[in-house]
Amino acid sequence: MKLSQLAIGQQGIIKEFTDLEMSVKLMEMGCLPGEAVKVERIAPLGDPIAVTVSGYQLSLRKREASTIELI
Amino acid sequence: MKSTLRVALVGNPNTGKSTIFNALTGLNQKVGNFPGVTVDKKSGLCKLPDGKQVEIIDLPGTYSLYPKSADETIVFEVLSNPDNSSHPDLVVIVADATNLKRNLLLYTQIADLKLPVIIALNMMDQAEKGNIEIDINALASRLNVPVVALAARKSIGLDELKSAISYSTNIPLQHATIDVESIAPELIKAVSKKLKIDNPYVALQIVHQHENLKYISKENSFWIEEQEKIHDFHPQKAQATETIARYNFINEVLLDTVVYTSVALEENISNKIDHYLTHKVWGFVIFFLILFAIFQSIFAWSEYPMMLIETVFVWLAELGHTYLPAGVFTDLLIDGVLAGLSGVMVFIPQIALLFAFISVLEDTGYMARVTFMMDKLMRKVGLSGKSVVPLIGGLACAVPSIMSARTIENWKDRIITIMVTPLVSCSARLPIYTLLISLVVPSKLVLGFINLQGLVLMLMYLLSIVMAILVAWVMKIIIKSNLKSYFIMELPVYRMPRWNNVALTMFGSIKTFVTEAGKVIVAVSIVLWVLASYGPGDRIEKIDQKYSSSEMISQYTEEEINILKSSEKLENSYAGIVGKFIEPSIEPLGFDWKIGISLITSFAAREVFVGTMATLYSVDGDDSEMEPVRNKMAQARNAKTGTLVFTTATAFSLMVFYAFAMQCMSTMAVVYRETKQWRWPIIQFFYMLVLAYGASFIVYNLLK
Repeated sequence: MKLSQLAIGQQGIIKEFTDLEMSVKLMEMGCLPGEAVKVERIAPLGDPIAVTVSGYQLSLRKREASTIELI
Repeated sequence: MKSTLRVALVGNPNTGKSTIFNALTGLNQKVGNFPGVTVDKKSGLCKLPDGKQVEIIDLPGTYSLYPKSADETIVFEVLSNPDNSSHPDLVVIVADATNLKRNLLLYTQIADLKLPVIIALNMMDQAEKGNIEIDINALASRLNVPVVALAARKSIGLDELKSAISYSTNIPLQHATIDVESIAPELIKAVSKKLKIDNPYVALQIVHQHENLKYISKENSFWIEEQEKIHDFHPQKAQATETIARYNFINEVLLDTVVYTSVALEENISNKIDHYLTHKVWGFVIFFLILFAIFQSIFAWSEYPMMLIETVFVWLAELGHTYLPAGVFTDLLIDGVLAGLSGVMVFIPQIALLFAFISVLEDTGYMARVTFMMDKLMRKVGLSGKSVVPLIGGLACAVPSIMSARTIENWKDRIITIMVTPLVSCSARLPIYTLLISLVVPSKLVLGFINLQGLVLMLMYLLSIVMAILVAWVMKIIIKSNLKSYFIMELPVYRMPRWNNVALTMFGSIKTFVTEAGKVIVAVSIVLWVLASYGPGDRIEKIDQKYSSSEMISQYTEEEINILKSSEKLENSYAGIVGKFIEPSIEPLGFDWKIGISLITSFAAREVFVGTMATLYSVDGDDSEMEPVRNKMAQARNAKTGTLVFTTATAFSLMVFYAFAMQCMSTMAVVYRETKQWRWPIIQFFYMLVLAYGASFIVYNLLK
């Protein structure tokens, strides 16, 4: 399951990243393996999405969210 | 030994770093540049309780020492190079207490640079509300670093921070965080030896960033490249290993020092607000209502101060003419420099208001939501969600809007935004549009309720926005960039704007605008004045003689003579000659030499057009006396053919030309200032000129 596949309100736990370059940027922003992540809302035009992770809200494009594998 | 201690503020974005900076320095701050780079350097002086003064430098907000935008590169550059003129003696790391884990990542990186550090733990009030308990003393002793608790918005903890700064030592006492050497032991050893660096983390970061660091020579950079291959170093893998190790360390620290009992309260309120502000329908409706309110206020509230500024300049000019000895120097000072300056200074109220509104939108956290909503739409044409702000601001004035494009991290997105923003019809085009529309478009109602003139005006604005989007799309294809565009952005919780911050932003934008754009304007207006006042040989003197003859004096009143004289002088001045010279090239657009002069004189600023037209059509007036200019222009006939000059075709062609041509020195100056390369304003000038010429040509020939 990828983060980009979650619907609004659903949550998951980050397992791993499929893109190395993206992974370092996401980890710096607090998206770490083992962290819970919840989709809060999707932008009116369907992209990007807003998620809650490690206590704050982060927005990222679906393409970027698709590099995050969930448990 | 330096006389004053230099303190750098470092921290994640949205941690209240600038609030702390403003609170420490007040009005005692200045914006300069870091040597050799394009990044603004905000610095100021702060008086400590013991009477000592320290210099505070506000470094760009960043989540990590690994840079993501041009601004962020400077952080490591300054912190790692003791020879850098901004290198600090002490680093204050501002961390958000409600989100300590992510904030401590940057702390661990800076701690490993072995600089003396203090942690300023901000937003402690929010953390308490959110039931996050942080044991400050435990954290301080665990890291062996002074930790100061703050709630900077409520001015809590600032005195304690000042005391902590004055008690700081110049020896880094913090405990080590991770085993840096184990990431690339051989390579770090080799680089440390070659560059004579005794800190393994500095060495590792240099390996990562050597291409962008100013103090690493070309040869050394090349040598490091070689070493990376020899030691089979993979930067991203190394960074990932390091980041995971750092978070392991942070988790251990937090385990002993922080107790979470529930989710932050503010977050929940923010979520509720977002439910409406980013709603599928209401989100856009509210956004456009806010925009509408902003533009109404910019025009309404700036009217009076703009009038006041104009009055002051008129008064200054009169004063000068009365008290200064008549002569060339006085003419240059008053008609050249003062006139040029007044043309720029009248925009100060609009610029200050626009900046104030933008800073309120940013401060509250709303701007992040606008970029969130618009990103998909803007990405299709090669822009980013963050381009929305400058494009909208362009309707008022391109100058502050281009400055506001700094928030766009991706270089390509930012350049395209800067390049297309001047196409959006700004307030300086308004007098030109209204004059020309009133000349050729009848004031009648269509469909019974829409004013035709108003409709045409609105179409001109729409045309400009459509063109900006089209050009952005073309540039997206042309400009090559190997930087990946991404959009990983924090959505900060909604907060009340800090009015003192807004005031400082306004103040700063005015100061920058006046000093930076002012310099160029003064220079250009002097040149233009000389070109419009002098002609080759003795042509100008001959005109003077002609009009002082008794025959002329008996035939015309003094006022008429002055008008005729200034008109003929302009025709024979260098500017007039140039106007005649370029006439063949602008004839296909339906313009005569007089319009040609206006095109030239309004190069520095578009609003000069109406004034030049007034002089040329022998009316001594300005915008306030538009009626007579309009009548004269309506009656003007081409000397050669005897046909009317301002036909519908010519008027529309001229409007389109002014819509697309880059006739604004302030914008070009600010584009240079923002990109630090002359090629961008030059490319911009020529692409817009070609666009304007082509569009005018098409419009003229379609309507002829």
